[in-house]
Amino acid sequence: MELKSFYMAFTLYSLIQTAILCTNAIAVLHEERFLSKFGWGVDHGVGGFGDDPGIKAQILTLIRSVRTVMRVPLIIVNSACIVLLLLFG
Amino acid sequence: MDYTATQSGFRQRKLQPNMRLRTSLVDGSEGSQLFEDTSGAASGPQTGNQQAGPQAAGFPGQSILSDPMSNLAMAYGSSLASQGREMVDKNLDRFIPISKLKYYFAVDTVYVGKKLGLLVFPYMHENWEVSYQQDTPVAPRFDVNAPDLYIPAMGFITYILVAGLALGTQNKFSPELLGVQASSAFVWLIMEVLAVLLSLYLVTVNTDLTTIDLLAFSGYKYVGMIVGVVAGLLFGRPAYYLSLLWCCVAIFVFMIRTLRLKLLSEAAAEGRLVRGAKNQLRMYLTMSIAAAQPIFMYWLTYHLIR
Repeated sequence: MELKSFYMAFTLYSLIQTAILCTNAIAVLHEERFLSKFGWGVDHGVGGFGDDPGIKAQILTLIRSVRTVMRVPLIIVNSACIVLLLLFG
Repeated sequence: MDYTATQSGFRQRKLQPNMRLRTSLVDGSEGSQLFEDTSGAASGPQTGNQQAGPQAAGFPGQSILSDPMSNLAMAYGSSLASQGREMVDKNLDRFIPISKLKYYFAVDTVYVGKKLGLLVFPYMHENWEVSYQQDTPVAPRFDVNAPDLYIPAMGFITYILVAGLALGTQNKFSPELLGVQASSAFVWLIMEVLAVLLSLYLVTVNTDLTTIDLLAFSGYKYVGMIVGVVAGLLFGRPAYYLSLLWCCVAIFVFMIRTLRLKLLSEAAAEGRLVRGAKNQLRMYLTMSIAAAQPIFMYWLTYHLIR
């Protein structure tokens, strides 16, 4: 019964929560302060213009594009979440 | 051709009960109460009203249309309604591509039968390529290899019903459990499609697999799950494990043979061993997508057979 209640906890609402948390996590990774220390900075990403960018370049492009595109919507969605959680717990 | 004929026949059959209902309402004495003449002209006594009632109810449009003001209002209302409908259609088409979805539901019985057989026994089929017709893929009705959304949608609904049945045999059923099962299976489906999309993006595969194609391929495992659960309900746990094992292997082979043509390069798809990191990565990707199907099949059904 305990295993089943863990399994049954997945609803669409939890999917939305997961999506918001993951997007927040990706958007928080800062270029200069954090990623450069791992060799994943802005100068390491865009290498050659060949037809095979490689997985690392793809991940870096993904992180940068998520940060650029989702900055404003994330502000709005996070504020809405904060207000809703404060009001309704 | 016969599709539209059966559709209009169905519509005709549906119209008749409505007309029967309307005439029965007119004949009854309650008809005068329901279709009260409110145009202001019928302020006569009650008996006159009841006599005029069936007539007014039978032809409700006449008294309304004779007034030019309400005529104008009705014309304006209908034009507003058609405008609103146009706007909704246009905006909805931007988010959910309705015209593309129609392609995936263009199936017929022969296709569904063949595809279900292919999902359970894919070992004899030789030609797995989707045939094209002037640069667009052929509709599923004409090609067994084309993905469709009819089988996944029906399989999903059937899976939820069978899960409710299975939980009922364990005395654990309650109506909201159906909704919970539905939403959690749907969430797993969405997460699987998102994971496949992410991995396809990371491996930079140039493929013509759309999101809806991936949704269709991920939905094909519901057929195997239903077969397993039904076998388990009828014949007990060993039958469940055996049929689930059979369906898992079948789905694995089906996915590998279908995805091989779409993800891998030409040479590797034909079976020749092509070395190179990129092809190896693509092969691993195909294998992992295919291997995820049996895992999900077991994960979503093991709690139904106790």
